[in-house]
Amino acid sequence: MWEYTDKVMDHFLNPRNVGEVEDPDGVGEVGSLACGDALKLTFKLDKDGRIVDAKFKTFGCASAIASSSVLTELIKGKTLDEAMRVTNRDIAEYLGGLPEQKMHCSVMGQEALEAAIANYRGQMAAPHDHDHAERIVCTCFGVTDKEIERVIRENGLTTVEQVTNYCKAGGGCGGCRGEIEKIIQSVQGDEVQEQLLPPSRKGKKLTTIQKIQLIQQTINEQVRPALRAHGGNVELIDVEGNKVIIAFRGMCAQCKISEFTMREVVEAKLREFVAEELYVEEDKDSLDVQHVHKG
Amino acid sequence: MKTIYFDNNATTQVAPEVYEAMQPYFCRLYGNPSSMHTFGGQVGIKVREARENVARLLGCDPSEIIFTSCGTESDSTAIHGTLAAVPQRRKVITTRVEHPAVLAVCRDLESRGYTVIELGVDKLGRLDLGELERQLDDDTALVTIMSANNETGVIFPIEQIAEMVTSRGIVFHTDAVQIVGKMPLNLSQSRINLLSLSGHKLHAPKGVGVLYVKKGTRIAPFLLGGHQESGRRAGTENVPGIIGLGKACELALKHMDDENTRVKALRDKLESAILDACPDSRINGDTKARLPNTTNISFEYIEGEAILLLLDRFGICASSGSACTSGSLEPSHVLRAMGVPFTAAHGSIRFSLSRYNTEEEVDFTIGKMPQIIKRLRELSPFVQGAAASH
Repeated sequence: MWEYTDKVMDHFLNPRNVGEVEDPDGVGEVGSLACGDALKLTFKLDKDGRIVDAKFKTFGCASAIASSSVLTELIKGKTLDEAMRVTNRDIAEYLGGLPEQKMHCSVMGQEALEAAIANYRGQMAAPHDHDHAERIVCTCFGVTDKEIERVIRENGLTTVEQVTNYCKAGGGCGGCRGEIEKIIQSVQGDEVQEQLLPPSRKGKKLTTIQKIQLIQQTINEQVRPALRAHGGNVELIDVEGNKVIIAFRGMCAQCKISEFTMREVVEAKLREFVAEELYVEEDKDSLDVQHVHKG
Repeated sequence: MKTIYFDNNATTQVAPEVYEAMQPYFCRLYGNPSSMHTFGGQVGIKVREARENVARLLGCDPSEIIFTSCGTESDSTAIHGTLAAVPQRRKVITTRVEHPAVLAVCRDLESRGYTVIELGVDKLGRLDLGELERQLDDDTALVTIMSANNETGVIFPIEQIAEMVTSRGIVFHTDAVQIVGKMPLNLSQSRINLLSLSGHKLHAPKGVGVLYVKKGTRIAPFLLGGHQESGRRAGTENVPGIIGLGKACELALKHMDDENTRVKALRDKLESAILDACPDSRINGDTKARLPNTTNISFEYIEGEAILLLLDRFGICASSGSACTSGSLEPSHVLRAMGVPFTAAHGSIRFSLSRYNTEEEVDFTIGKMPQIIKRLRELSPFVQGAAASH
């Protein structure tokens, strides 16, 4: 059971400003049913440009509902420039803190606010406008590199786990965790040196046993999680010199296109983490084997 | 406030008779059953009697019972013990809807070079036995498939599967944690090689489990050390727990009919009343082959943790397959394997009853549920005004 503060429970049980403002000046919608939480924020401005009314509708857990409720309280009476300065930390602090794994609820509040203000100002919803400058890193939850960089910077995050708690990235199949690690490093620089994974052993002379173990480890950690998320799998069949023989299972075995690209993905990962000279071949014998996975 | 406990697939109340049976074995009869003196020996006799009671419930010989510390230990022992006994075979078959105590072990095996096949299920949570048949080969060391699903209560045709698997000379293990005490078993007439059960799911205390090992099934011990459990599980016995479990098995045999009639009727009443009163709700799982005490209901457009917290305000205990309740970000792997849409998986609630539940508790819950669902739908951006106020 989560340990929610009295403030969280109060705003969950007695949410303020539920609903939708009639004829709103700004509307912000973030999240989705698939993601497990979603927030629609609407606000109205008075003639001086201050927020006179703000309302929310939220699909989500107690902390998502409480964060939304607090958000509406925090922005009422503010000008849009003042409201823009409300951060996810303000929401969490107002609630007397949120469980670490629930911090993404407060981030959702901040994102909805920004989307609503952008909507009023006639801009594209900034954080969700995946223009050329932004790239989706976490495909499970549709989180971009810019969004990840931002939660890292604004909340001083140093681990992948924290990033997942704050914006969900990396919390699905886990296939992007290596990439999040790199983003943390690029944002925080030297501060996280100690917490990074042990340096790749690549480049050193490996014994055959070490090489095979490293190949297996790379497949386990870098390749399998992403395949598994889509109902597939990969199996290491054998290693002959620099030739790595693998077989795809489940969805991957049925999909001809991904079969082709997946071989390249595996090869790239093995070259990155084990040795440049490795190349990947698919096991001929297992091509005929049917592994039909349902649903 | 009175607690209404509808979360018996998570854990159960220790039966008062069980508690009473255990009490002498803490401060008074604390001897070690392995000791040569009478003081310890008398405890050994009680452990033997408990073993006989467990065997009676399972319909097997007492020598086929190994006491463990929990269901998870039983599962790990069954899987690792079997693979160690047949090192030349490198394939394990399981399902995508297993409890993590099996699934996590299998995935770990995969990373150590084993081939692991996870069988899928259809939208009602049923297995395709044809697919299982196709996967069985000479490299297969073990098939491990649960008897009944903890989240949906869906029961697998375990005897049929055992027949299919063992006739190929392959070992079959089943995690029967949810079914023991709810449905009758007769393992002497069964082809099941290995079966796990957990004490605290059938009104015994936490910290005691059983691994049934059919005579002739080869299994390497998991815990090494002393000679306890005939050398198959080292470690001084959890005497009070074992004696409690013996009593619980004796009671389970006595109450088996009650589970399948009165408890089932309460579950059915709760389920149909909630479905009637709450629009956009649906049952997850095959209602034709299901535990008598379990129902898993999805409520569209709202999230499970919020429902649980509102139920909690009335003292009603249930659980959810929503992402938020687990601390992970994705909803139940069982519901996802069944292809339950994300929208419904996030809003799923499991009620699991026991023989201690009453009709008043069911009626009380039926009375509270619609207002909880309505209240959360009024907050949901996915429900338009008219639908919310139903």
